Amino acid sequence: MAKGSEGGSWSPYLAGGLAGLLAIVSVYATTLVMGKSAYLGTSTTFVRAAGMIENTFAPSHVSSNEYFKKEKVKMDWQFMLVIGIFGGALIGALTGKSFKLESVPPTWSSSFGSSILKRAAWAFLGGVIAMMGARLADGCPSGNGLSGLMQLSASGFLALAMFYGAGVVTAHFLYTGKGGGKKKGGSDDE
Amino acid sequence: MNNEQILGLATGIIFGFLLQKGSVLRFDKQVGAMLFNDMTIFKFMLSAIIVGMTGIYAMHDFGLITLSHKTMNIGGLVAGGILFGIGWAVAGYCPGTAVGAVAEGRWHAIWVIAGMLVGAALYAELYPFYKRTILAVHDMGKVSLPELIGVNHWIVMAAFTFISLIMFIIFEKRKI
Repeated sequence: MAKGSEGGSWSPYLAGGLAGLLAIVSVYATTLVMGKSAYLGTSTTFVRAAGMIENTFAPSHVSSNEYFKKEKVKMDWQFMLVIGIFGGALIGALTGKSFKLESVPPTWSSSFGSSILKRAAWAFLGGVIAMMGARLADGCPSGNGLSGLMQLSASGFLALAMFYGAGVVTAHFLYTGKGGGKKKGGSDDE
Repeated sequence: MNNEQILGLATGIIFGFLLQKGSVLRFDKQVGAMLFNDMTIFKFMLSAIIVGMTGIYAMHDFGLITLSHKTMNIGGLVAGGILFGIGWAVAGYCPGTAVGAVAEGRWHAIWVIAGMLVGAALYAELYPFYKRTILAVHDMGKVSLPELIGVNHWIVMAAFTFISLIMFIIFEKRKI
């Protein structure tokens, strides 16, 4: 599988560097427009979205929940940012002709087969665990990782080390050995 | 939409576009970094951080913006970090990339998003319990690494950049 060159993709160094510029402009722009510096992040939006969904059938439960009160269930700057990510990724995929309908990720199917139902069940479970963890850590790889390290936050360094360390161990357990997940270079050394 | 929402939407569109162009929205890239066979997401993240931190600290030193550290809550970061890492390896996406992946046609990420919404709702229910237990272990407050170790932030940034560049050289040499 060719890396980096497929479907009109850019060098990750270039795309990343531009994302860094975007973060700078964004912090300044939010300071001007909102009177408060806001940093890129996404996972709080999942809390707000969950609150909005629950609001449709149990509004009193949402309004009395301590965590929803703390994070405030509303369509704020970050909520629109997450919607924007969808739009921007769609534009990128269509203009670069890299849009592809995929029902099971290749790395997954080489270890666990191509059952959509099986993938759906595990992906759902993974999502539940990941979000519980992200909320406990007060941020995901965008909020704690990108924005945290850009500010040199002590919490960002600790969070990213934990995220990646646990990810490495789990991924090796899941995707190597069994049915020969792709074994290419250096999975035995540090 | 108010100005705040328009700004968020515009920022998100550019961010999503760059994530897509950098190919970081793929399950295989995310898991590839954990298996040490494709470091694309590190190339993207470290490049973004090097550029971002330089500009952000420059603006901070000129008093144009304020920093917004997340609190150094040891219990939450360690327990939550490990939980997130396990879930991330299984799901193959973090929250932002799951949303972008669906837009790229990788519609299997919709299961991850559904799980994350349920996880968020569950967390809201369990929050009072976590607040009394895991989150009550030890909180060092909103602190930066330079403050913690007592070194000027520009020195920490120079060291961070230097280490990142060495990592880039290793990635390119090994073609990962």
